Amino acid sequence: MQELITRAKELLADGTVARVLGWKAGDLEYNPQPAFFTNEKELEEFVYNGFCGANLSKYMIEASKLEGKTLICLKPCDSYSFQQLMKEHRIDREKAYIIGVGCKGKLDIDRIKANGLKGVTGVTGAELTDDCEELCVTTLYGDKKIPYADGMLERCSVCKGKEHMICDEQIGESKDTKTGERFAKVAAVEEMSSAEKFAFFQKELSKCIRCNACRNVCPACSCRKCVFDSTKFDSAQKANVDSFEEKMFHIIRAFHVAGRCTDCGECSRVCPQGIPLHLFNRKFIKDINELYGEYQAGADIEAKAPLTSYVFEDVEPSVVAERSKS
Amino acid sequence: MSINNNSEFKPKIVAFCCNWCSYAGADLAGSSRLTYPADVKIIRVPCSCRVNPMFILRAFEKGADGVILCGCHPGDCHYTSGNFYARRRMTLLFSMLDYIGVENGRTRVEWVSAAEGVKFSATMNSFVEKIYSLGKNVRLEDLRCKN
Ligand code: SF4
Ligand code: SF4
Repeated sequence: MQELITRAKELLADGTVARVLGWKAGDLEYNPQPAFFTNEKELEEFVYNGFCGANLSKYMIEASKLEGKTLICLKPCDSYSFQQLMKEHRIDREKAYIIGVGCKGKLDIDRIKANGLKGVTGVTGAELTDDCEELCVTTLYGDKKIPYADGMLERCSVCKGKEHMICDEQIGESKDTKTGERFAKVAAVEEMSSAEKFAFFQKELSKCIRCNACRNVCPACSCRKCVFDSTKFDSAQKANVDSFEEKMFHIIRAFHVAGRCTDCGECSRVCPQGIPLHLFNRKFIKDINELYGEYQAGADIEAKAPLTSYVFEDVEPSVVAERSKS
Repeated sequence: MSINNNSEFKPKIVAFCCNWCSYAGADLAGSSRLTYPADVKIIRVPCSCRVNPMFILRAFEKGADGVILCGCHPGDCHYTSGNFYARRRMTLLFSMLDYIGVENGRTRVEWVSAAEGVKFSATMNSFVEKIYSLGKNVRLEDLRCKN
């Protein structure tokens, strides 16, 4: 982290960048938040640790409109989002100076608490300075040590890889965190009967409070005017108190980002209700891979997007019934 | 006189038909005196590609028990390639609906040209039959209603 701060100060001082986009300490130790820093003094608040899961790419949309370059810190997974936003002409590459930061897996405070911990006051071992094998969680009721991997975000255990898709320079080491198969849970749901599938999703989606956090954090949700904010909904009128929007929110949103979602996992990370939203996005990704050929959004800026291209021999929609296990 | 309690299942079926092919196919079916069930409500669209996936969800939310999309055969699109895009979109949407537990027989895509009145009527008959066998669609209605 110190190396990162020193470098940021250098780049600010020599005028390469006008501001730094990174993370600063939040009100609690385990929730640092995205922030802009414009001078050395502000940079004292800069942090980069195991809780910096937040993907900063989306902030670059606003930063692209500002005077001068912005230094942006991107983790390997964030770099996919950044590149996808470039592909969609939402951000200006020339306005960014990218430091690819190393990543040893990011933490999820809810997952940490799920180890039977209450009254968490602090977590050490998240600093990335060590081998990060173990976390020491201090709670009101005493300390407890848990393996780092038991506190990690789901997305880190199925990490796409620690290579940056795009960056100007790299700082910090990465460590392989992949322990599971990315599509395993989707495949498990596919195996269920239709009644079980429905029960599963009904249980999850009924928890939603429509806070819109998933949409707001999503780098693919960069529409200037989102259908969910519109008074004239594309197929319904908001004024009618839209039950349609309420019910279909998750499916509509997943469809809007289909073929563009890089699977950065931010939606599931921010959902206050713990809804596994990534299961929708990954279903689309899995289908696209299986039906139209492997495609990873954000990996290749020149690649044809699966939903805005076609080939004559594409499968017919009846394939869904043929493949379905239910 | 007894009051009819309407318990008999009458499905609501929405058919999105492309103006240039299947809508004309439906016309041809009519003028050829081919029958298909009155449960099918046709909505004319300028191209199968005009059908935003939300229209399908919307139809279900409004109480449809089945939704079918009919367009020109691949390669015959009036706008050259609209149906190719529609094909990918619908495949993914149907797969998603199947994934959340909406029975996959409730959605269908069929390519029907303006000359295929017979195919139009046969398609509608078989689709309606399928929906009768599946019964009322309740799932999307209740997707977010678990206490
Ligand atoms: S939900 Fe849809 S309309 Fe709204 S920002 Fe996301 S992609 Fe755009
Ligand atoms: S973040 Fe979770 S609770 Fe909020 S709108 Fe999205 S799914 Fe619903």
